[in-house]
Amino acid sequence: MRGGPNAGNDMADAALDPHAAIATTASGVATERLTTADGKPLSRALARSQRRARRRAFLLVLPLLAFIVVTFVVPIGQMLQRSFYNDGFSVNMPQVSAWFAQTERGTPPDEAAWNALAADLTASAEARTIGVVGTRINYDLPGTRSLFTSTGRQVRRGIEPPYDQALLEIDEDWGDPQLWSTMREAATPLTANFYLAAVDRTRDAQGQIQQVEERQQVYVMLFWRTFWLSGVITALTFILGFPIAHLLATLPMRKSNLLMILVLLPFWTSLLVRTTSWMVLLQQQGVVNDILVWLGVIGGGQRLQMIYNQTGTIIAMTHILLPFMILPLYSVMRTINPSYVRAARSLGATSWTAFRRIYFPQTLPGLGAGAMLVFILAVGYYITPALVGGSSGQLISNMIAMHMTDTLNWSMAAALAAILLAAVLVLYWLYDRLVGVDNLKLG
Amino acid sequence: MAVPTYASPLERVWHYTYLAICAAIFFFLIAPIIVIIPLSFNVEPYFTFTDKMLSLDPEGYSLRWYRSLLTFGMQNPDSAGWAFWSDAWANAKWVQAAKNSIIIGVFSTLVATVLGTLAALGLSRPEMPFRRAIMAILISPMIVPLIITATGMFFFYSNPCELLTFFGLSPSCGRLAGTYLGVILAHATLGIPFVIITVTATLVGFDQSLNRAAASLGANPRTTFFRVTMPLILPGVISGGLFAFVTSFDEVVAVLFIAGPEQQTIPRQMWNGIREQISPAILAVATLLVIFSILLLTTVELLRRRSERIRGVTPR
Repeated sequence: MRGGPNAGNDMADAALDPHAAIATTASGVATERLTTADGKPLSRALARSQRRARRRAFLLVLPLLAFIVVTFVVPIGQMLQRSFYNDGFSVNMPQVSAWFAQTERGTPPDEAAWNALAADLTASAEARTIGVVGTRINYDLPGTRSLFTSTGRQVRRGIEPPYDQALLEIDEDWGDPQLWSTMREAATPLTANFYLAAVDRTRDAQGQIQQVEERQQVYVMLFWRTFWLSGVITALTFILGFPIAHLLATLPMRKSNLLMILVLLPFWTSLLVRTTSWMVLLQQQGVVNDILVWLGVIGGGQRLQMIYNQTGTIIAMTHILLPFMILPLYSVMRTINPSYVRAARSLGATSWTAFRRIYFPQTLPGLGAGAMLVFILAVGYYITPALVGGSSGQLISNMIAMHMTDTLNWSMAAALAAILLAAVLVLYWLYDRLVGVDNLKLG
Repeated sequence: MAVPTYASPLERVWHYTYLAICAAIFFFLIAPIIVIIPLSFNVEPYFTFTDKMLSLDPEGYSLRWYRSLLTFGMQNPDSAGWAFWSDAWANAKWVQAAKNSIIIGVFSTLVATVLGTLAALGLSRPEMPFRRAIMAILISPMIVPLIITATGMFFFYSNPCELLTFFGLSPSCGRLAGTYLGVILAHATLGIPFVIITVTATLVGFDQSLNRAAASLGANPRTTFFRVTMPLILPGVISGGLFAFVTSFDEVVAVLFIAGPEQQTIPRQMWNGIREQISPAILAVATLLVIFSILLLTTVELLRRRSERIRGVTPR
């Protein structure tokens, strides 16, 4: 026999098998304290065997869990740390940071402050970290990076006390109370300012929180637009998906399998391919406009602008996310017993009443699952809005990408990402509560 | 689904209207994918049907965009025969991209499938502790917006050892960003939820007593797994793997953030093409990808049926 030594182990396992003990009890061998064959208390043996089974199951999952934690959970945590921790100023400007720590908010800079500032600026300019410092202040007070870099160039050539006059001579912006207030904020690496900025708030010279100027208010509007458009897309996928799912669920298996291919093919087709085809179709010189002109619906000179705006984002994303609505709806509708509707009809309900009061309520689990999935996916969409959204169809993801790659304000990107992630995780938690992640189905 | 005999005339009208609406929605779903196929054979650099194409004049159609996929990036596109093909194999941008996509796709699928299947086996045991929470974590790469994942990965893969500074160590172990290994690991992370979902769904119908039977007949755990469990769940594992492969094959955001110029993949090449100057060559690629997805879809459907048959699950 193969695995000779293992056979013994299997025997021991059998002795610890809880089912064996239950069999013993059932057959009526009643002792005061149940024990296993080798005389140990049964409850302890059972606990041990269950512990072992749990450990075995957990060991199977452990490699993947470790992999996901290291390559996914921790990196995201690290990234989010940047949203409230930025030591670009405090590390490179230690003396003036110390002065800020000792004085009250609103203290006008005294001689000690100017001395510390001049010393830090000189040291930082020598170490060529002045750009980092300027960038950090620039995040909170746009347009100040050049103040730091140009002052850095000058102080490297030498600077004489009294430093307040010397620095003000280089640039009178050094006397700006707003600048000093911003530097005070940046002197501690922990900051909530990026979150304030992410909701269009800033601090004035006195450190009071206030709204930013109207033309700079972008983020709150973008968050609202993201949620609003995701809601619209979810509603559209529901309107389009419901009839299809119903048809597929009520047709005979052979026909519905055939039609299912029409739903699954878009699902399996590359996202970029689908986005590209919408770009081709909806262009001003594209197929849809051509057909409309040919039909005489619109004149040749008034071709519709259907892409590079919100319309483009909505159309393309509705198409892309539609299968995620149809599949959960379909799997729920498949289980609905048609005799309930027939019973309602036989009791005198019109077809509309039977649908509204009997059929529709039974589809709600599928509707909830599909709607939440579509909404969660839509909120975080990046590629499609970036390609077809123009400027009015951009979502918050595109702003995060812009801060990552263009403005390089990584702390701001992290703060926006943290807010978006919080929203998605709340929805995900709800989804898990109401639907259960193990009920997620693909195709 | 026929109209019941007791339906009123109004209901009959509604029934046919409903079928028409469904047909229109199916058209909306499928037309955008189908329409690019003829357009990719356009002889003109336009994204619309020319008069010649509409009158089915062969002169309106050509393979020039497919040829341009090969010649783009070639050193000597006018050569013929063997020289042409070896040049294309070595230098053409799209061929390089396809090679990269396949290398990255295959290896990330292997990682995702092996780890994912093991975990799914553990997760579907009834005694698994913290099952729900762990499952939620393992599925989260599918739920978390890709841009957030990619941003996190960008920092992590640039300096993977930064993690250890938390424990007071300051080692340096190079970069994973801009390497094949980095992209493969990133794509494996993104593919894992699909493997988990597909394989756990297969295991729901799995009869655990088969394992006990094998054990009682003297098979050790490894033999039990490879001779009893594996053959039964194999269709699910393969379709999970295909999902992971497609995820990698279609992924562009993580590639944009962590791949270097060496790891140019098909989606990234498409992304560049679409952002800069969109040409019908993109449609030729898109057509090839649509054919590819039709093949994959067919495979997955066949596997699903086979899986249902061998597990004795009758399709509902």
